[in-house]
Amino acid sequence: MYLTASQTFIMIFAIAFGAIITRFLPFVLFPEHREVPQYITYLGKTLPPAMMGLLVVYSLKNVSIIRNPFGIPELIAILSILLLHRWKGNVLISIGCGTAIYMFLVQVVFT
Amino acid sequence: MLEGAQEKRMVETRREKLRNAFIVAFPHTIPVFIGFLFIGMTYGVLMQTKGYSAFWSVMMSAIAFCGSMQFAAIPLLTAAFHPLQVFLLSLMINARHLFYGISMLEKYKGLGKIRGFLIYVLCDETFSISYGIVPPERVDRKSFYFVISSLHYVYWLFATFLGGILANFITFNTKGLDFVLTAFFIVLFLEQLKNKENQVFGVIGLLSTFASLLIFGKDHFLIPAMIIILTSLTIGRKKLCI
Repeated sequence: MYLTASQTFIMIFAIAFGAIITRFLPFVLFPEHREVPQYITYLGKTLPPAMMGLLVVYSLKNVSIIRNPFGIPELIAILSILLLHRWKGNVLISIGCGTAIYMFLVQVVFT
Repeated sequence: MLEGAQEKRMVETRREKLRNAFIVAFPHTIPVFIGFLFIGMTYGVLMQTKGYSAFWSVMMSAIAFCGSMQFAAIPLLTAAFHPLQVFLLSLMINARHLFYGISMLEKYKGLGKIRGFLIYVLCDETFSISYGIVPPERVDRKSFYFVISSLHYVYWLFATFLGGILANFITFNTKGLDFVLTAFFIVLFLEQLKNKENQVFGVIGLLSTFASLLIFGKDHFLIPAMIIILTSLTIGRKKLCI
């Protein structure tokens, strides 16, 4: 530990403060009883699918296609998730099997 | 005496609401539990290697509750004391919560005092489920959101705590387990795409972020990605006349 206990707490609160602002700001700017501008309502409907797309890429940001195993396990696992979800349409099965396939690939096939 | 009986009925109903909400919501949080277990324990272990015990991991998780920033902050906890720097970094890394808040403005309406808690612990996974999964009619909305938010909160705290105390004892091969969160986001993304109207916006998000990742690299692409998305959606609105 490099910082004192008080300093560490201050750091924790500095981090928390940043998170709190980003979380509460929309709700503070657009409180319940006031009418929300149409532009914001439009964003409220269109941002979610876009953000989910962002999260998919975000979760894959550390995958390297130039270093072994070149993102192949990820590719295979993602394709199987797409097929599985098309076929069964079950959220938990798709997630579970997709993860199992990936783990198998990185532990057994692409070591 | 009549008031007591009515109150008893109300309390039972509240408990029943929570129970019904739990039964519906819990299965959806299982992938998050597994993902958090792996990632949270990694965090706890990392903190321990820097000299920060499970106590500090839990404090960080409980007060800040933001996975990616918690990880980003680890090197800063072993450097010079610069709280302002850390605060600004937190604002940037957590910026995407601004978009979650905008998206949840409608859904979190009329929930009373619990709203504060729900907003405080809003994170990627809670947003994905709370927005993406509509509870059936018989399930109380407030209870549903509360169950999801509090479960995820508890999962994360538990995982980081476990990591802190078990740092040296993990033996089975968990390699690749963190892929569960990628799988989770992909599947929830697919669920969003089921709705024809969402498809173009989903693709905008995917492509914008991917482009931003290529241009700015994995450490600096989030905010540009969000700007590109915001710009595309705004221009798109004019073009599509929505």
